[in-house]
Amino acid sequence: MTAKEAHITVQDLTMAYGDFVLMRDLTFTINRGDIFIIMGGSGCGKSTMMTILIGLKAPAKGRVLYGEVDFWGADQPTRDRIIRRAGVMYQSGALWSSMTLAENIALPLETYTDLSPSQIREVVKLKLALVGMAGFEEFYPSEISGGMQKRAGIARAMALDPEVLFFDEPSAGLDPVSARRLDDLILELRESLGTTMVIVTHELASIFAIGSNSVFLDVSKRTMTATGNPNQLLAETHDPNLRLFLTRGEQS
Amino acid sequence: MTARGEMIMEEPSADTLKVILSGDWKLGGELPGAGKVQQRLDGRPGVRNLVFDTRELASWDSGLLTFLMNLGTLCSRQKILFNRDGLPPGAQRLLALALAVPEKKDARQAEGRVSFLASLGNQTVYLFQSAGEMLEFIGDAVVAILRLLHGKAQYRRSDLGLIMQAVSAQALPIVSLICFLVGLILAFIGAIQLKLFGAQIYVADLVGIAMVRLMAAIMTGIVMAGRTGGAFAAQLGTMQVNQEIDALKTLGISPMEFLVLPRILALAVMMPLLCLYANIMGILRGMVVGVGMLNIGFIEYYNETAKAIGLWNLGIGLFSGFVFGVIVALAGCMRGMQCGRSASAVGDAATSAVVTAIVGIILSTAVITILCNFLGI
Repeated sequence: MTAKEAHITVQDLTMAYGDFVLMRDLTFTINRGDIFIIMGGSGCGKSTMMTILIGLKAPAKGRVLYGEVDFWGADQPTRDRIIRRAGVMYQSGALWSSMTLAENIALPLETYTDLSPSQIREVVKLKLALVGMAGFEEFYPSEISGGMQKRAGIARAMALDPEVLFFDEPSAGLDPVSARRLDDLILELRESLGTTMVIVTHELASIFAIGSNSVFLDVSKRTMTATGNPNQLLAETHDPNLRLFLTRGEQS
Repeated sequence: MTARGEMIMEEPSADTLKVILSGDWKLGGELPGAGKVQQRLDGRPGVRNLVFDTRELASWDSGLLTFLMNLGTLCSRQKILFNRDGLPPGAQRLLALALAVPEKKDARQAEGRVSFLASLGNQTVYLFQSAGEMLEFIGDAVVAILRLLHGKAQYRRSDLGLIMQAVSAQALPIVSLICFLVGLILAFIGAIQLKLFGAQIYVADLVGIAMVRLMAAIMTGIVMAGRTGGAFAAQLGTMQVNQEIDALKTLGISPMEFLVLPRILALAVMMPLLCLYANIMGILRGMVVGVGMLNIGFIEYYNETAKAIGLWNLGIGLFSGFVFGVIVALAGCMRGMQCGRSASAVGDAATSAVVTAIVGIILSTAVITILCNFLGI
């Protein structure tokens, strides 16, 4: 195995809302090309973790390193530059509802590239085709189903060919087949583009199918209790909480 | 045929209480409460076991379960063994399920009662915080406008066009109606007083100056606060709920420039035009009253109005309109951007946007009036 290069490093991180501490002492590394799962029970702070990684909420304590750069220690322009290399798919898709899908995907391209309108149209077409939604360019987000909104959200997140893609509960609210297709899409994008994927989820099927690395946030202990490949964790762990989580509550 | 839920208690031995349930134990009927069991237990401190006999029980639903849950808490408090064996198997399983996860006691929602002084202090702190947030928002808006002047702001021209249309052409009917009526009211009130002195012709001055200098701008401002300010807050609030604003931020697009700036621009440009239109509507209505009821000649009325209004009055009116437009847009956008992540938060944001805008309009009217007085215009 080749030595892995750290992409995002989290050190001694504490997440808090006011004086309510959600999680403390979080330290883990996301390597380049990982499909990294942030998992844990409901209310453990998975989504909050993601908002910290993508620059929406400052941590109470600790550091987040993108490569060598201290993300939250840097000034706003540096943070903007770093996060521009990341794409985010929000839980509900969060497509801009006043714009068509094509306009949604075109906006980042118009903002950050010098492409001509016809080139942008081609890129938009390609991204939509990649998520299996060719021909939906002129639809508004309210006119398509929830699963389609999520996929369109991925297309928008991929618009600028990001180095890292964040997914907030990608398969929540999807039927099993669509969820599976989404997993395949994530795997395929990682294989072909080498994008680092960070996925917040508690869907066991996805976790074992695509996760290559993970961190488990234990809500009862208010800290992380394990990190590593989820399949390996299942085989080796002695922590009853993690075992309960990974086996869907079945006693072994 | 349904039988009422009944309960009989007996003691087969000194340390056991047997609860015999019969009939239909369903929600909505008159069911015996756990209090009766407690009374019985209070009378017999020696009881250590609680058992059930449900052979006569016809049917049951949550009504039985809530009763049993209450008994369960009662028993654990008094250290009495709660024996579930006599219960229907389904009820046993549901009880086990309900008690599987212990009640969460350290949830942070638990807030004790706050004393009057403490809540007064909290309110004061909150007031200062919200004043700070307001200043910060206005500062951000000014920065966005400066970037616009340098040609660096990111927004979509098509959005600006759509918003302009929504805040101008589509607002014409309601503005017409309100200002038409305000002109009418002013003319009538003036006519009654001025008739006493035989000075009906000055109705033209009264309506003209009042409308042009002040009333048209205020009425349009208040209409727009309700119509557009609330809409802005609801739009941005829903975008906040739907994480659309987060999506803009993570793309490095400033919501201030992309969403707030076009709205401020649209209202700042369109409000003076709406005011001008409202002026005409108000004066027209005054003219209807003057010419139709007070027998003032049409030309006479027109000349008197034209003489009375003057450029300064018109300028002050339009300037007020501009200021109110900016206030309505700022209030709407600010409340929308501060919106929480729930449906009721969107409602609160819309309400608070209208209130903030109207308070702002009244305050700035006072300031403009005092300033004009000072400057002698």
